[in-house]
Amino acid sequence: MTSGKGGVGKTTSAAAFAAGLALKGHKTVVIDFDVGLRNLDLVMGCERRVVYDFINVINGDARLNQALIRDKRIDTLAILPTSQTRDKDALTREGVGRVIDDLKEDFDFIICDSPAGIERGALLALYYADEAVIVTNPEVSSVRDSDRIIGVLQSRSRRAEEGMDPVREHLLLARYDADRVARGEMLKVEDVLDILAIPLVGIIPESQSVLKSSNVGMPVVMDSSSVAGQAYLDAVGRFLGETIEHRYFKPERRGLFQRLLWRTA
Amino acid sequence: MSLLRFFRPRAAPSAPLAKERLTVLLTHERAARSQPEYLPRLRREILEVIGKYVHLDDDKIHVHYESQGTVAKLELDIELPNQSQQRQSQVAQPAVS
Ligand SMILES: Nc1ncnc2c1ncn2[C@@H]1O[C@H](COP(=O)(O)OP(=O)(O)O)[C@@H](O)[C@H]1O
Ligand SMILES: [Mg+2]
Repeated sequence: MTSGKGGVGKTTSAAAFAAGLALKGHKTVVIDFDVGLRNLDLVMGCERRVVYDFINVINGDARLNQALIRDKRIDTLAILPTSQTRDKDALTREGVGRVIDDLKEDFDFIICDSPAGIERGALLALYYADEAVIVTNPEVSSVRDSDRIIGVLQSRSRRAEEGMDPVREHLLLARYDADRVARGEMLKVEDVLDILAIPLVGIIPESQSVLKSSNVGMPVVMDSSSVAGQAYLDAVGRFLGETIEHRYFKPERRGLFQRLLWRTA
Repeated sequence: MSLLRFFRPRAAPSAPLAKERLTVLLTHERAARSQPEYLPRLRREILEVIGKYVHLDDDKIHVHYESQGTVAKLELDIELPNQSQQRQSQVAQPAVS
């Protein structure tokens, strides 16, 4: 899960994809690469169970199984929390590679929640990727940063460096506000697709339920009443190769009364 | 007040401009990404050399790099000032031999 820009919904999406894949029965682990700013544990609701972290494992201070937190709700789901150290060099390419190789033994999917930026942390989060979900908001700086990160995937990932097949790219358009798009205030799905030219895996609407889920520490896909959760489940299905039509990107139809309220809000 | 707002014509949509600006910018940035890193320096040095003979504005030199398979092509497009301006600048700065 990568983006370049911060605050676009990477951590939300990493948690949602991980839970979605696990709900479909795939053994899934999600790793927090945002060293120093641990947050994935909160979104996943396991912040009080963190004993050891990713860096401890890399440094050999803990075994992988001591650091992995098994989700209590979905038994195919695990979290590898990051450290709150301020040492930017705590992650090493070899260390990350070793941990990923070990995780491959036990898991079908390893999701790397990237930090923002195009520095060390973000580079390491994408280095070993086979697939990349590029989380983008329909907004100029996010689209530009996504384009940047696509360039990085194509030149500085392991697949690029070793001349293997390129990393498969998926566009996840997040925090999509259909009303604002309809009013011409935000880029349309088609606009972003025209510009970035990578396949669309999902459109996640801007939704109150995302905040609610993170408040209670439950990945949004577990809230069956949430449109964002449904949109994430659809995206996971497409990621797995299912054909699912896109929904939730048109404004909801409103009566005149609601429209008056909405226009004047 | 709210009724007035409801009937007021909508502001011109800004998204089309966003798309246009992004398209232009990214075309530029993508080209820059696939170029060798020495290109900006090369451009500056060419500008310096030519500047010894004629005065040249920074935006009058275009360096275009293209690589396809095993060949790469470097295109230089330098727009010189016309004769009279050129003479003026020669008077202003004696030619360097
Ligand atoms: N679809 C959405 N609707 C509403 N809020 C969202 C949505 N996706 C993310 N957010 C909110 O945006 C903020 C940043 O999200 P986060 O996933 O932490 O982004 P990142 O990891 O890219 O920095 C959080 O407060 C999150 O709750
Ligand atoms: Mg994050």
